[in-house]
Amino acid sequence: MEETAKPVQTPEQKPSEMSNYQPAQFKDKKHMGLHAKRAIGNTVIYIILILMSIIWLFPFVCIVLQSFRCESTQPVGYIIPQKWGFDNYVNLFTTTNFPKWLLNTFIISIVTALLQTVIVLCMSYTLSRLRFKGRKFLMNFMLVIGMFPGMLTMIILYRVLADWGMTQANSIPGLILVYCASSGMGYYISKGFFDTLPKSLDEAARVDGATNAQVLVKIILPLSKPIVIYTLLTAFMGPWGDFVFARYVSFGASDGMNVAVGLQDFLSTTSNLFKNYTMFCAGGVVIAVPITILFMLLQKYYVEGVTGGAVKG
Amino acid sequence: MALMEKDKPQAEVKPEAVPEQSAPVAAAATPIKAKGFRRYSDLEYLRLNVWQKFVYRLLCFFVAIPKWFKNLGLKIWHGIKKISLAIAHEAQDIVMTFIHGDWKTKTSYVVMGFGNIARGQVLRGILFLAFEVIFILYMVFWGGYWIGMLPSLGKQGPAEEYNEELDTYTTVYHDNSFKILLYGILTLFFIVALIYTWRLNIKQNKISEEILKSGKPLKSGKQDLRSLIDDEFHKTLLALPVTGILVFTVMPIFFMILVAFTNYSGATNNGYTNNLFHWIGWDNFNTLLNWNGGGSAYSAAFGEVLAWTIMWAFFATFSNYFLGMLVAIMINKKGIHLKKVWRTILVLTIAIPQFISLLYVSKMFADNGFIIKWMQDWGWVDGNFSFFGDKANPWISRLMVILINIWIGIPYLMLIATGILMNIPEDLYESARIDGANVWQQYTKITLPYMLFVTGPYLLTSFIGNMNNFNVIYLLTGGGPTNGALSAASGSVGYTDLLITWLYKITMGANSEYYMASVIGILVFVVSAVISVVVYNFMPSNKNEEEFQ
Repeated sequence: MEETAKPVQTPEQKPSEMSNYQPAQFKDKKHMGLHAKRAIGNTVIYIILILMSIIWLFPFVCIVLQSFRCESTQPVGYIIPQKWGFDNYVNLFTTTNFPKWLLNTFIISIVTALLQTVIVLCMSYTLSRLRFKGRKFLMNFMLVIGMFPGMLTMIILYRVLADWGMTQANSIPGLILVYCASSGMGYYISKGFFDTLPKSLDEAARVDGATNAQVLVKIILPLSKPIVIYTLLTAFMGPWGDFVFARYVSFGASDGMNVAVGLQDFLSTTSNLFKNYTMFCAGGVVIAVPITILFMLLQKYYVEGVTGGAVKG
Repeated sequence: MALMEKDKPQAEVKPEAVPEQSAPVAAAATPIKAKGFRRYSDLEYLRLNVWQKFVYRLLCFFVAIPKWFKNLGLKIWHGIKKISLAIAHEAQDIVMTFIHGDWKTKTSYVVMGFGNIARGQVLRGILFLAFEVIFILYMVFWGGYWIGMLPSLGKQGPAEEYNEELDTYTTVYHDNSFKILLYGILTLFFIVALIYTWRLNIKQNKISEEILKSGKPLKSGKQDLRSLIDDEFHKTLLALPVTGILVFTVMPIFFMILVAFTNYSGATNNGYTNNLFHWIGWDNFNTLLNWNGGGSAYSAAFGEVLAWTIMWAFFATFSNYFLGMLVAIMINKKGIHLKKVWRTILVLTIAIPQFISLLYVSKMFADNGFIIKWMQDWGWVDGNFSFFGDKANPWISRLMVILINIWIGIPYLMLIATGILMNIPEDLYESARIDGANVWQQYTKITLPYMLFVTGPYLLTSFIGNMNNFNVIYLLTGGGPTNGALSAASGSVGYTDLLITWLYKITMGANSEYYMASVIGILVFVVSAVISVVVYNFMPSNKNEEEFQ
């Protein structure tokens, strides 16, 4: 907007007016008008932004407040607790299976994050920077396969896992297997990243006699920190929110549930809802706080990944 | 001009007559040559006003459809021709290699890898041979049975049979159709893999013969291994991911496609779980699409749910897109302070796992949630009002899911739009301002076209993603309020149900009609594929993927 301060570039000026150059005092008058207009515009934007912030934060404030409510456990018509305390948190960790769910989800998400990152990077690096027969076919094939709803494969995967004894209470290895096995399909964003690295880097190294593996390890990987962190972060956060497949695989066995399934169970029926509503809020806070902190710390990489991914398609 | 404007609504009804009517400017410039549709030159097009441009483009779209189908047909025809030629070529090559090859090559036709071993490439030879041996053993002991049972999917169901050892009647489960179908498909995959390897083995024999004839040495096992981290590095890298995709995605999809042609369900049959099912052809598709007429509960439900699914995907995608862009523009406006704070507040919603925020929001607006209680206290609504449960006014719950989806989606779009908006060269706006463009004109002529061009593919994928947006719908409403008129179809179809949530509810229902779920899944695929192909063909940004390298 600074540019508009220069006399020739004031937007209000028509091309015809520009020919007779205006003296300084007129210019200033025009500026006052502009400033006033801009001030009103900015005030409106501030009001909208503040309103939006309130709407966006409101549910989270409510969830935190209700997790400290001690006088009752059911949904009520007010949000500020009458009696404050940590009862819900204590109950959550002592009377329910929540610690087990937390541990399950933590193990799953750590292993998944590592494996998935390796798989996704292998896939995206190969498709982006190596040229081989069948590359186009492979990409088109995965595009088509990706259009089948994943929900459809759940039924059979469940039966296969059941055959291998990886369901219900032993669901952790089964879930890890399923989360990781097909993760190569989600190569798009990191391929977009690798596409932007200059090809001359590889070529220079190849001319100097490096093998393709050496190019990857010594040249590309050191440059890929942002995308590695992005992939790790999203892969780590995935299992915390997965609910559909985890519910299918754990199939009612409390020991095999992850937090999403367990907490959803808290609210599944009306009687459960009245008994567990505030405990659900407490559970939500326990999960959300560490993940949010982690996310905020690595936000930069997430934003880079999401933006790049959308641009490259 | 004004008179011509009035004529335009008719234009849509009678496409052939439009160009003359809707293009007065062009008509004045050049006399109309022929009746019917005619493409404008660029200059003529630029002279049209917005509304005329829109009608013109719409017409172009419809006129192009027959041509498009023709091209598609041609493409398919060429594809078939190419594939058959390739197969013929392969067959010819196999025969010619056999005729011209030496005895080592000829033996390799039966004993895979023999040629490799005989010529000193022991490592490759052993791998080929091992594959063949494993295949034969598998087929003899297991594969033969599975393949043999595949056409019938099993003959004998579970029954009470006399057990001599225990001297009582016990349940004996004979053929298990599920396993037959599953392992039958795996065996088919295995056979295809063997044919491919056999062909590879012959090709290698031919190549090694040629290399030896020209007097060069063959690659040693060590060199083979080394090439796996160099020239053949892609094979090393892709081995694990592609195997995973084949086993855990492709195979299940094959399976479920086949299930659509059976009567597989979780229902019990004479007290036993249904482990015997049969091929029933296209019957399930007929039940759902009802092409023989007569009407069925499923076809009515399918029509309703599909209509809402597409409506939902449209509104969910574009409301998020435009509002997210607006928010990004507002935050990025020069003179707005605390940019980081606004952004962080919005991004917080992404950080918190969706199931928590969605479940909590759904309880906030639930019948016993505090929002409704407040609204009742303030006298805004009466005791019967419900956001998600009003069967008489399903549009309330539909509107609510779209609104809450905006709440979920704006932060993502804000992030994406921020990144792209920063890439738009500032001098574009500068020159627009010099020419006297106001803010709205700058938006419609610069920002929006640029955004649409760059995010075209993203819009398409997010449209498809929204069609399959299970989490938002299931966690918020569970598909409800239930649509009483469609209760004959299983899965208790609700007004906010998408195809994907309906599918899930069918499989989780009392009878678990997997066959119906499979048919719905296949149709979801067909719908997504058709939309993708059509949209992709009309998208301006079919970009060269290597433009940044």
